[in-house]
Amino acid sequence: MADNMNNAIISVKDLKKTFQKNEVLKGVSIDINKGDVVCVIGASGSGKSTFLRCLNMLEVPTGGSIFFENNDLTDKKTDLNLHRQKMGMVFQQFNLFPHMTILENLTCAPIMLKKVPKEQAEEKAMSLLARVGLADRASSYPNQLSGGQKQRVAIVRALCMEPDVMLFDEPTSALDPEMVGEVLDVMRELASEGMTMVVVTHEMGFAREVSNRVVFLDDGVIAEEGAPEELFGAPKCERLQNFLAKVL
Amino acid sequence: MNAWLDKLYKTFIVDDNYMMIVKGFGNTLLITVCALLIGIVIGSVIAIAKYYAEDNKKLRIVNIVCDIYTTAIRGIPVTVLLMIFYFIIFVSDTTGIMTAIIAFGINSGAYMAELIRSGLNAVDKGQMEAARSLGMSKGQAMKKIIFPQAIKNILPAIGNECIALLKETSVAGYVTVVDLTRAANLIRTNTNDAVNPLILLALVYLALVVIMTKLLNVFERRLRKSDGR
Repeated sequence: MADNMNNAIISVKDLKKTFQKNEVLKGVSIDINKGDVVCVIGASGSGKSTFLRCLNMLEVPTGGSIFFENNDLTDKKTDLNLHRQKMGMVFQQFNLFPHMTILENLTCAPIMLKKVPKEQAEEKAMSLLARVGLADRASSYPNQLSGGQKQRVAIVRALCMEPDVMLFDEPTSALDPEMVGEVLDVMRELASEGMTMVVVTHEMGFAREVSNRVVFLDDGVIAEEGAPEELFGAPKCERLQNFLAKVL
Repeated sequence: MNAWLDKLYKTFIVDDNYMMIVKGFGNTLLITVCALLIGIVIGSVIAIAKYYAEDNKKLRIVNIVCDIYTTAIRGIPVTVLLMIFYFIIFVSDTTGIMTAIIAFGINSGAYMAELIRSGLNAVDKGQMEAARSLGMSKGQAMKKIIFPQAIKNILPAIGNECIALLKETSVAGYVTVVDLTRAANLIRTNTNDAVNPLILLALVYLALVVIMTKLLNVFERRLRKSDGR
């Protein structure tokens, strides 16, 4: 295991994932360092969401390994629940808990899993909620909020667990266009505070501006990766050139 | 009018016949409530077991056992089940009340299981993923996130099951239980008055069902407050 002891907070080695006969990931390897903001781009069906969902084992890889803070998550003996507490995840469809108020959504996991006292959890939730401008909605239910508000709450819900990494699975794809900005603003602020983030996105502007590394997934492999200026400014591989021509 | 009051007096008051109705009422409620609790427990256990078995091949045997149970129970009339329990299995139970509670409970459990299972499956898969991504175990997520939402969705159907169960208990007389129906029927044979006991019987059931429906509506409204816009 010694060769895996490095500074990477997440280290992916030859990750493979097959659904029935459909090989979605064909061997992806990448190191994500502390403070990195990695944007994963690619056409639909290229495996970007599957890649992200493998990082916290929502999809169980069929091959390869994932090291998170030097723990092998693909090892059956690893306590996944413990490590997931340190990997916040934001979903395309928000997935807030509709039967709980916003405040309960934010505090239920810290209280249940980290045994944070209720008052303390609520205090933290309220201060984070205030930072995304939603303190007045604490006692509302998710269905009373707009999509953009829901997604901001979902980000705060993940942050309440004080994660070391945040995973974003197309966080703005289900939003009305006028609400994309408010969510990207929150993510931008998070990045500027040094949060390690992995973002699957179609927002090329965001990727170019906020990330320090961009990964282009194509047909289950990393076809190209590098700093955003290089990738967007001078794409080397033809598939990426075609992809960028279509989306930009 | 006087003749009718006289008849009522003879049917219900003489020989304290009304006490039979009161006792029968008590037995009907006792059997319904206890059977309901047993049904909900059995139903929840089976539904959750089947939910887990869906993506775990090791639990296939659990799935098979649950399927046999629901198929058998749903295929056998509850009266037959009741008599099998009373005359074959629990022979030592003389009053029949315990037997009735168990038989109706087991019967109800099969229907509850299917109900709850459909409720669990109707909860969006993203809810489980979100709960797991926060670090909850599958059990914690089930208890805090999935199950409460499932129950809320199927509450109207559970209400129907409660009402059906209440009315089904009217066959408890087959195994000598003096429930509401049997009490009214005994009064009918003792007094030669069929009209008054049977009409009263019908009205009591009707009143009970109306009250249950009202209670369920209140309960449902409280649970629905999170749907507001």
